[in-house]
Amino acid sequence: MKQFEIQNLSAWYHQNQVLSGVSLDITLKTATAIIGPSGCGKSTFIRCLNRMHELSEGARLEGKIILDGEDLHGQQIDPVMLRRRVGMVFQKPNPFPHWSILDNAVSGLKLTHRLKHSDKFSIAESALRKAALWNEVKDRLNQPGVSLSGGQQQRLCIARALAVEPEVILMDEPCSALDPIATARIEDLIHDLKKNYTIIIVTHSMQQAARVSDQTAFLLHGILVEMSDTNQLFTSPKDSRTEDYITGKFG
Amino acid sequence: MRKKHTSREYESELKDLKSQLATMAYDVKAMIHDSMNALQKKDIKLAEEVIERDFYINQIELEIDEFCLIILARRQPLAKDLRFITIALKMVTDLERMGDMTVSIARRVIKLQKMPPVKIPDKILLMAKSVQEMLQLAIESLLESDATKADQVLEQDDSVDELYHQNFRYLIKLMAQNENLIEPLVHLQSVAKWLERLGDHCTNLAEFVVFKVSGENVRHVSRAK
Ligand SMILES: Nc1ncnc2c1ncn2[C@@H]1O[C@H](COP(=O)(O)OP(=O)(O)O)[C@@H](O)[C@H]1O
Ligand SMILES: [Mg+2]
Repeated sequence: MKQFEIQNLSAWYHQNQVLSGVSLDITLKTATAIIGPSGCGKSTFIRCLNRMHELSEGARLEGKIILDGEDLHGQQIDPVMLRRRVGMVFQKPNPFPHWSILDNAVSGLKLTHRLKHSDKFSIAESALRKAALWNEVKDRLNQPGVSLSGGQQQRLCIARALAVEPEVILMDEPCSALDPIATARIEDLIHDLKKNYTIIIVTHSMQQAARVSDQTAFLLHGILVEMSDTNQLFTSPKDSRTEDYITGKFG
Repeated sequence: MRKKHTSREYESELKDLKSQLATMAYDVKAMIHDSMNALQKKDIKLAEEVIERDFYINQIELEIDEFCLIILARRQPLAKDLRFITIALKMVTDLERMGDMTVSIARRVIKLQKMPPVKIPDKILLMAKSVQEMLQLAIESLLESDATKADQVLEQDDSVDELYHQNFRYLIKLMAQNENLIEPLVHLQSVAKWLERLGDHCTNLAEFVVFKVSGENVRHVSRAK
């Protein structure tokens, strides 16, 4: 089953083309890693998948993105609802600074409708459990989100994305500000989450891509060079440009 | 032009590893040459020297092993680099075993000294020549990342096997005709067996190089003859 079908996707900021004819499929409930050098269009690519790209100034795209068989740019798609179905976790953990851990966990819901306290609590508990954070925060739910460590804050952001019951979670270098232990916790969490969600993760670390993903896509200058099974890509890549990039070679 | 690693230190580590492997393989090749030379010339001193050199081969195996572990731990190699390290770890095992086999041949030389003299059959000398050529090709295929040279090794192994069988029948015939020569001839048969096995190890080395170069695992795939 396909979660996303991406057909000939190109994207621009003003006159600057940053993605050129990217076509790939993302299978339901798998983890896909996007790798490539800085500025190759990784963030732009995943921001296209929940229509965040169009929020940037001068942003434009061409091509087709199909989510669950439905055109992402079709009339019936509400971008705000879409961004709940396709949640996003960023590089720097960004909990709301003055909000409690509990309120942060349900903040995705809070913005759209009023919640009874008991509902709020049970939704928060469930999301925090799924994000493997519950045991660490259950006795301090009313403390500010920013009182947590970096790794805990990132898992809080994942809980926030999970609370709105998404299908897909996009992660843009979610561990680049974290230490190895916090990184291992997030990676372990990704492993659990892909049983129920489709995960697409942008990462600078080839080792991280190798550890967490089923499929890996290599982007270079906005072009999809290769998408392969992760085991294949890191042991015997098909394209020599992939080989050069992952082995750290220059021309 | 061949692309280089951005990290010059890493680039030179991989280059060092390759040349250490080649050096070890050349040492083994010299041991094959010398053990066979000792056999032909009944040179006990040379045979004893081959036996002593095995100690160094064992040392080099440990050193290369350790070097591979350090590169794995520090560089976390991928793709062709990863394949190279994994084959290096296997190649040293094969080379170390090959060293042991030349020692076995050298020991037969010493034993044969106390027995009625026998002529070394041409087929055995041909096998020895062929095995050294195979090892040379395997080393070159590694150094030049040349899979066609590795393929030549795989082909040549078939002819070594054929020589072995011909020689085996020939020795049986000789034994039947000369009962007093049975014991030295049995030792010659052992030498032939070691040479045949050395050929098999050269085949392993070549298959590893094919894997490194192409990512393709050609081991245990029966080749069309
Ligand atoms: N909001 C923006 N406005 C204009 N240019 C942008 C914007 N965001 C990114 N870019 C440019 O688009 C290219 C791709 O950026 P990005 O998708 O962030 O790459 P990556 O995530 O792979 O580092 C870069 O050259 C970058 O400078
Ligand atoms: Mg980015």
